Amino acid sequence: MNDLSGRISWADVALALVLVGVSVVVSRMRKADLERDILVATFRSFAQLLAIGFVLEFVLDGNGAFTPLVLLAMIGTATLTSGARGRQVPGAYWIAVASLSVAAAGTLGVLLLLGIVPAAPRAAIPLGSMIISNAMNTTSLVMSRLRDDLGAHRREVEAHLSLGETAAEASASWHRAAVRNGMLAIVDSTKVVGLVALPGAMTGMLLAGASPSSAIRLQMVVMYMLLGGNAFAALVTGKLTVGRLFTADHQLIRAVRRVAGA
Amino acid sequence: MGDRFEYRDVTVNGDHGPIISGFSARIPADGLTAVVGPSGAGKTTLLRLLNRLDDPDGGEVLFDGRDVRTYDVLDLRRRAQYVGQVAVPFPGTVAANVGPDASGLLVRVGLDPALAGRDADRLSVGEAQRMCLARALARRPECLLLDEPTSALDSSSKIGVEALIRSLADDGLTVVMVTHETRQALELADRVLEVGA
Repeated sequence: MNDLSGRISWADVALALVLVGVSVVVSRMRKADLERDILVATFRSFAQLLAIGFVLEFVLDGNGAFTPLVLLAMIGTATLTSGARGRQVPGAYWIAVASLSVAAAGTLGVLLLLGIVPAAPRAAIPLGSMIISNAMNTTSLVMSRLRDDLGAHRREVEAHLSLGETAAEASASWHRAAVRNGMLAIVDSTKVVGLVALPGAMTGMLLAGASPSSAIRLQMVVMYMLLGGNAFAALVTGKLTVGRLFTADHQLIRAVRRVAGA
Repeated sequence: MGDRFEYRDVTVNGDHGPIISGFSARIPADGLTAVVGPSGAGKTTLLRLLNRLDDPDGGEVLFDGRDVRTYDVLDLRRRAQYVGQVAVPFPGTVAANVGPDASGLLVRVGLDPALAGRDADRLSVGEAQRMCLARALARRPECLLLDEPTSALDSSSKIGVEALIRSLADDGLTVVMVTHETRQALELADRVLEVGA
């Protein structure tokens, strides 16, 4: 067998640290001052993967009832990251948790309802994690972009409001730009998939010995799933962020108006 | 005629203490009222309270005898049109900015109706300011709230815009104009409201 599933031993992992050593040496030679970060990243990835490995062994070993808990923990962690990134938006953590939950539930829900993937932890956890981590980036991007744009263009926004437009109408063009910005990365990677890089799911299946044709089919589902997940996230985040940056009376909140001494 | 607007014991807090504290004044429905005062006195803030771009932290603001917060805010803003200090043309043509009956309104504000087809962001500063007035007038307001309407203009466009503002007040609109120029206030306005000192 040429596949790698079950072939990688702990000794192999230790040997692969040679390549970490290479990056430390490069950093030192070029005075990139990243040695410490590289070591922290290596240690963290080791600890985090070890932990998730144990969790997955446990859940896949007849404890599938814990699947929702694993997904919730992922949503929780992603919420903390995304919420911190968008913290200039009031209620950023609530926006993040709503966005990520809708993205995960909506996308996995469609895949399960259509019978594309089985309702099994072995499918739900890895696919869910991909949806959540992608949606996390989209959520952070849409939130921070909207906040920055409405702050930078507050005169235009208020000119619209002054004519009697609603907050949704007054913010429409920046809302559109933020959603677009949030979805662009996944749209672009969907365009070049297979040409620039063989993406993770496909690579994983090939390494595990699957046939290329089944690997690409899975990868197609993954790409379409990520498009859907990011669209859910962009939609929910955009809508909720606009709701938080304006008052119920269609006023820009003071924190946005007072950017740069307005 | 009665009061169009009234400030009752209005306080607005900024990041570093009150911008306006316990301010009371009346603005009659007729003619042009100029709000003057040194920079930082809260003139713009006072104007923004009238169409609820901002709300006071204390006291109340009345429109035709009723607290502004009891009106539908979108309707209030349509009736009391606010034009900011810097002209903000929206993307698209002048006609798209102003809306239906653009040419009539362009004539009203002293612009050539032939400008209707031009990109709004290609207007001069003075033309853009007039276009913003036309855009506000297109909503058929009862009041115009003008924040330093001539501060970005050169002296020749300034005289024209001042005459336009005066004629709008003469047409029966309630005009409230913030200015830091006492000369402009005295020459143009029917009454002057002094803020801070």
